[in-house]
Amino acid sequence: MSFQSVWFLLIAVLWVGYFILEGFDFGVGMLLPFVSRGEADRRAVLTTLGPVWDGNEVWLLVAGGATFAAFPEWYATLFSGFYLPLFLILVALIVRGLAFEYRSKYGKPAWRKRWDIAIFVGSALPALLWGVAFANIVRGVPLEKASSGSIEYVGGFFNLLNPYALLGGVVTLTVFLTHGAHFLSLKTAGEIRVRAHALAIRLGLVAAVTAVAFLVWSNLMLPSINTKFLVLSIATALFWVGAIFANLRGREGWAFIASSVAIATFVSGLFEALYPRVMPSSRGSQFDLTIFNASSTNYTLKVMTVVAVVMTPIVLVYQGWTYWVFRKRVSASQIQHPELGVLDTLHQ
Amino acid sequence: MNSLDLARWQFAITTVYHFLFVPITIGMGFYVAGLQTAWYRTGNLKYLRATKFFGKLFLINFAIGVVTGIVQEFQFGMNWSSYSRFVGDIFGAPLAMEGLLAFFLESTFLGLWIFGWDRLPKKLHLASIWAAATGTLLSAYFILAANAWMQHPVGYILNAQKGRAELTNIFTVLTQKTALTTFFHTIPSAAFTGAAFIAGISAWLIIKKKDVEMTRGTLKLGLIAMLISFVLVGISGDLTSRVMTQQQPMKMAAAEALYTTTESAPFSLLTIGTLDGSRSVFQIDLPSVLSFLSTGDFKGVVEGVNDLQAKYESQYGPGDYKPNIPLAYWSFRLMMGFGFLGAFFALLALFQMRKGGTPRGRWFVPAMVTLPFLPLLANSFGWIFTETARQPWAVFGLIKTSAGVSQVVSSGAVLFTLIAFTLLYGVLAVIEVGLIFRTIHIGPRPEVEYDVDTVGGSDNRPLVMSY
Repeated sequence: MSFQSVWFLLIAVLWVGYFILEGFDFGVGMLLPFVSRGEADRRAVLTTLGPVWDGNEVWLLVAGGATFAAFPEWYATLFSGFYLPLFLILVALIVRGLAFEYRSKYGKPAWRKRWDIAIFVGSALPALLWGVAFANIVRGVPLEKASSGSIEYVGGFFNLLNPYALLGGVVTLTVFLTHGAHFLSLKTAGEIRVRAHALAIRLGLVAAVTAVAFLVWSNLMLPSINTKFLVLSIATALFWVGAIFANLRGREGWAFIASSVAIATFVSGLFEALYPRVMPSSRGSQFDLTIFNASSTNYTLKVMTVVAVVMTPIVLVYQGWTYWVFRKRVSASQIQHPELGVLDTLHQ
Repeated sequence: MNSLDLARWQFAITTVYHFLFVPITIGMGFYVAGLQTAWYRTGNLKYLRATKFFGKLFLINFAIGVVTGIVQEFQFGMNWSSYSRFVGDIFGAPLAMEGLLAFFLESTFLGLWIFGWDRLPKKLHLASIWAAATGTLLSAYFILAANAWMQHPVGYILNAQKGRAELTNIFTVLTQKTALTTFFHTIPSAAFTGAAFIAGISAWLIIKKKDVEMTRGTLKLGLIAMLISFVLVGISGDLTSRVMTQQQPMKMAAAEALYTTTESAPFSLLTIGTLDGSRSVFQIDLPSVLSFLSTGDFKGVVEGVNDLQAKYESQYGPGDYKPNIPLAYWSFRLMMGFGFLGAFFALLALFQMRKGGTPRGRWFVPAMVTLPFLPLLANSFGWIFTETARQPWAVFGLIKTSAGVSQVVSSGAVLFTLIAFTLLYGVLAVIEVGLIFRTIHIGPRPEVEYDVDTVGGSDNRPLVMSY
């Protein structure tokens, strides 16, 4: 296996990790208004994310950094080409992260209400846009060779809003919503758990329909049948249905694991459909960005492989350990004085 | 303005803004870890109160540093894609390493620290704040190594066919003198910044007579740490300026508005008049000091702007190789001036605190209130100096900033995001400052020992920490 293939695989792994982890974060953020009936509920829901959301987001930063290091041409073309969607994602992630940290510092309802809106929008927007972005990459976007010799994106913002890509956005949106509901029914107790459990089933069915439609479309869109992609697509559907069944039978842990695996097979399938291209061009395959024409030198890839092979397992161990430390369910009754914030003078 | 100017403004605004929070985080992280260690060792609750109080301020600040940091990584690809294509083979590696080695460590262990008060054994909980603080150091190291490569590219070859620089030795990139001196200059500056924060806030609490048992100690800690780190900033600043004179003589000449090559060059303390090489109206000079600063020898020769311009024209072809000289001149002085002023206040306050005294005098309140802002200004001017005085280069001698901007992004798009980020950052600054003032106003809270529960399963104990 060439170092280029190794890095294609590693970047796929980073996106799989990111979508599994921040996927449920996004889901929980969107579900916040729908599973809570009061301040104690809302704070319990947010507390399930408290210790982990920031670490989850680092997967995105590492995926970005790894793309920069391993495939600079891909990084440059993608980030300058998908300019406005990435800008929107940045703004969403900024306000959402601060909302988690700041919303409960004060008890004032107007203050909290505003941050709650920031959490909802800041979660929904990236959940939708990541799907739009990935679907566009798989579908192929207008890329051409510029006078400088580099392959550049020549479409506009509205080129990215085609039906296939929008369907991709709806898939990630509904999949993350469901995944978040599985996470909440696993991590909370009492009423929130009951509501999340019920929502997971309904949302899971909606997501199943959109995801199957998207995967069928994707498979048919390819010039010839890609067996591996087909197998991964079928596996996605099976695991997804498995998650719904596990949830129905009250096996919340299994439901969460199954929806995580489904996300993994889904993302892997899209990467499989791309390989060895990283950004196919809709203007002809001579303008495709591939792992060969977009990559760094073998030396750089080798250096980065050593770093990744040493560090990734270590990161997985300590990040996994965090989930073990905070394995207990959170219930609304554990939040004392939920309507007060630490910066309200009345408190104590 | 064209998209190049707009992209430069965007980079300047988002980076200076981001770096207001970064040094506070790096500095405070270690002080908070130290305070918690003191509590762990002695069991004295005043240390716990200090840990929690400054920890709260640290976290309010950390959050905004984290979220504005994502913009930094995306911006290279979004606004500077031609730069990214040219340097990616080298520049991307430290960025990816920063993510893998530093960001994961910081974020994960900070999560454990914030929510782990009643979930982790005391020792492990203490270890997690140290791990998070170490993460901030690693992060600084990798990003400074990347920046040092822009100041002084090493360990690469130019691939003319692909039109890019390619890495030949990662160790040279990570351990070159420029990277090490910059790191050794930036970290004590962060320690100075964090200490000024702690000192200024503690002084305010003393004035308000809040928890004097704790705040007297933290004031002293802050002041002493300020002085120690100031000495280190000075030593490393001296090293940095020598390395800079060697590698980027134009930057030093610009900092001094020195137009002609001079032996025993003076350091100008103040110039009134123009900086364009025509005679100044009024000037105070320290004889031979510039020569000493830049070469280590009072008789050393310092190259002047005009001579360097001629030299670069013959080396790199026709063009303007002069940075914005008034900006370089003033930012260099403001960097040092604000640092000196902060250290002076710290020394004065510490002098009055000897033998159990309390600082007093009419200077004390205004000095202590401005104290936390002085290092922030010094840091910002330091970066403005080192980045703008490298111009016209993005990577010195290799690629000009004008060649780095994205070709496919319209100036309208850059203008739009520039305005949006500026407005958003402005609003966030107001919110952040409001939260910090409020936290200081409330002051340290009484604390009790924790009952740590590390057993699994579900229970209904109230949470010590919740969102």
